[in-house]
Amino acid sequence: MTKQRLVVIGNGMAGCRAVEEVLKRDPDRYEITIFGTEPRVNYDRIMLSPVLAGEKAFADIVLNDEAWYRDHAITLHTGCAVAEIDREAWLVRASNGTQAAYDRLILATGSDPVRLPLPGADLAGVVTFRDLDDVEAMVAAADAGGEAVVIGGGLLGLEAAYGLARRGMRATVVHLMDVLMERQLDESAGFLLRSALTDRGVETVLGAQSEAILGENGKVTGLQLKDGRIIPCSLLVMAVGIRPNTSLAANCGLNVGRGVVVDDQMRTSDPAVFAIGECAEHRGVAYGLVAPIWEMCRTLADVLTGVDDCAYGGSVLQTRLKVSGVDVFSAGRFSGGEGCEDVVFRDAGRGVYKRVVLEQGRVAGAVLFGDVIDGGWYFDLMKSQTDVSDLRETLIFGQAVTEALRGVDPKSAVAAMADYQEICGCNGVCKGAITTAIADLGLATLEDVRAHTKASASCGSCTPLVEKLLAVTLGDAFQVQTGPKPVCGCTHHGHEVVRKRIVSEGLKSIPAVMQALEWATPEGCASCRPALNYYLICAWPGDYQDDKQSRFVNERVHANIQKDGTYSVVPRMWGGMTSPQELRAIADAADKFAIPAVKVTGGQRIDLLGVKKDDLPAVWADLNAAGMVSGHAYAKGLRTVKTCVGTDWCRFGTQDSTGLGVRLEKLMWGSWAPAKVKLAVSGCPRNCAEATCKDIGVVCVDSGFEIHIGGAAGLHIQGTQLLTKVASEDEAVWTICAITQLYREEGWYLERIYKWMARVGLETIRAQVEDLETRKALYDRFAYSQRFSRTDPWAERVAGRHADEFNPLSRRLEFEPA
Amino acid sequence: MNALVKDPQITWIDVGADTDIPRRGARRLKGPQGEIAIFRTGDGQVFALLDACPHKGGPLSQGIVHGASVTCPLHGRVIDLATGESMGADAGKGCAPVVPLEVREGRLFIGLVRT
Repeated sequence: MTKQRLVVIGNGMAGCRAVEEVLKRDPDRYEITIFGTEPRVNYDRIMLSPVLAGEKAFADIVLNDEAWYRDHAITLHTGCAVAEIDREAWLVRASNGTQAAYDRLILATGSDPVRLPLPGADLAGVVTFRDLDDVEAMVAAADAGGEAVVIGGGLLGLEAAYGLARRGMRATVVHLMDVLMERQLDESAGFLLRSALTDRGVETVLGAQSEAILGENGKVTGLQLKDGRIIPCSLLVMAVGIRPNTSLAANCGLNVGRGVVVDDQMRTSDPAVFAIGECAEHRGVAYGLVAPIWEMCRTLADVLTGVDDCAYGGSVLQTRLKVSGVDVFSAGRFSGGEGCEDVVFRDAGRGVYKRVVLEQGRVAGAVLFGDVIDGGWYFDLMKSQTDVSDLRETLIFGQAVTEALRGVDPKSAVAAMADYQEICGCNGVCKGAITTAIADLGLATLEDVRAHTKASASCGSCTPLVEKLLAVTLGDAFQVQTGPKPVCGCTHHGHEVVRKRIVSEGLKSIPAVMQALEWATPEGCASCRPALNYYLICAWPGDYQDDKQSRFVNERVHANIQKDGTYSVVPRMWGGMTSPQELRAIADAADKFAIPAVKVTGGQRIDLLGVKKDDLPAVWADLNAAGMVSGHAYAKGLRTVKTCVGTDWCRFGTQDSTGLGVRLEKLMWGSWAPAKVKLAVSGCPRNCAEATCKDIGVVCVDSGFEIHIGGAAGLHIQGTQLLTKVASEDEAVWTICAITQLYREEGWYLERIYKWMARVGLETIRAQVEDLETRKALYDRFAYSQRFSRTDPWAERVAGRHADEFNPLSRRLEFEPA
Repeated sequence: MNALVKDPQITWIDVGADTDIPRRGARRLKGPQGEIAIFRTGDGQVFALLDACPHKGGPLSQGIVHGASVTCPLHGRVIDLATGESMGADAGKGCAPVVPLEVREGRLFIGLVRT
């Protein structure tokens, strides 16, 4: 039977979830094509706020990676906007000419942010808050500091303002109404929210109508209000709501109201075309939250896989704000009204406000501020329309108190939940999926459940529920984790404890550490073994025997593995300097071993790509012969020291930046660290070596050397911070080695310097390297460790060390001729 | 595993000693259907799989061996050495084919199946 063709317009949360639900029911029924306008895979849009706030990285919020599309043979067209749906020909056409025929078509085009038609709305620096590009634009603007104005005091606007404040801007929210989040909060909760935001650096202007956006030279400079006030800003975010994206549907003649009108089976006015998510309008409602989308996707998947009696009956909504430390929950008719009664609880000391609205003995709504743990309970009582007359006296104190007073085990409510009831709203995980995973896979910790089911892995507000589920399912075997995050699933200890005990208890081998710290697995895993190996090398230089089988492949074979299983080879070029003789040797090696690609790297090195593993020792031998050693481009350790030409050549150079770079690299090469370490030395503040986005950067000035740390230019981009300034080159070298040693001793495995700095604080680091005795002690420990590190791993292997690693078992497997 | 399976369809070929494989490591071998990875665990058990991760074809022989499993070096998928199946969150998402392997008196025999 040939497969039916399912085309999805929209590569966002709704489109991909619908496909996942279909695949779950019948993986072979459809040949699936997805069109997405964003140039990337599907990510968790509701987690953009934590990304903006710098609390998560993009990689943390990817929902479906490229492998998912490939594993399910889904054709994905990213960065590809569909221009037209031809319902006569059963075909969609994209603006770049791509087209796809369908038997079933799903519209999941989402919504567009509303842009207020104010004068000046087209100025540079005026953005909306909808996708990753918006977040990146805001982050870039925030890096320049200054003031930001957010128009709109709803969920999205507040999260945007909070994120910008976290990134160091002075943020002001301008809201038309007198209460923040007035669609979710009553006045009391709105008031508490307003003061909590003020504490977090977000100012609010209520009852304010925007009049015009002011600008100079095409760039935004401020917002003028109707009453004449002007709020200056270099960034203006419009977060005033969303509008369902219906143009495709309207242009092909589908029935469109506020959204694309669908029936209870998510079907549009064309029976072969369906719509879900924010672009859809169901029974007169267009939703803008994630929970209804999951429900729509389940119904749609049932319809598409031939389940007859399925229907989507609309959603009851709950809302939570994702601002760290500000817990807000709201659901239903939170502000009461005729025929309703209120039960209210306040605790001024803790800043808690709770209001539960009852109507005819049933929960009709709730708004909680400061203590939201019972939000899910009230929400369930509301959805199930349970008669709560009997619970009324204790209802407001929450589930635990209510049930304890009535002699009910607090866990029983979770136990009583049906398997299909949803626990994690962010990822749409039901109770049954979690209990099955706990039982079948032997999960014992919250981290396990997060890893295997994604439940509580996004915003984390369902964590208490998941923990109760673990407790119910495992009984006494479950212990709530407290304290720092464990190194991995093999232990409940965090990195800090492990590092301290290795030193204090004199533990000198991986098995000794695992025994003393009661590892839960016999020999660890691919996460903890490399970490322990590094901690031991760092703690016992010259004493600990490196365990190569606990090294990631790159550090075991001293080259970088590539997608096809070949390797890349990067010889060291001290400070980025090379010579005709070295270049000739590199060219000769590339010819001799038919190396397919030669590339210049960002760290001023040359990369030979596509080397077969068996050829590595021979390639190294040739490079060694020309005087080159390993560039450690594969190492969690010192990588490169990038330099500019400084006083040697440059008419602006203030110091010998090349010389300092070469000196640092010759001193520090071969050192292992928690993560990669990249340095740069710029000869003047023009900063041609780009020192201020490196782990450690030096900017030379007339009067000496500025030493900066904590830059990053990868998944995360941030400039360095100035640590200290020294007058002489010697002091610069001592200080940099001392910083590196401090990081080597304190950093957690895979934690880059910028993350370590954020964790321990710039001041703590500065205090240690500016204290001359501490600096000397650190430098001495670094120098001692380097006595065992500055050997070329390539030369050792050319000489025959670990020869087995590079030779396959010799016998070729063939049948004997018959 | 002292007697090799007597099956006329299988040819057993001596490929080396079990001690040729490093503990908690692997060696590669060219087979008629592509590279074969032979693993040896910390407690001395040996396993053979086709050297291609079911995820993106990564060379499993280059991964870190822990317990009776290996973590693929490309994207970190964990594979059960005994069955070749993906483990953890990826369970059910494909497997690396198992290659017949037997140990007799410290020698490793790979079984080639005539098809």
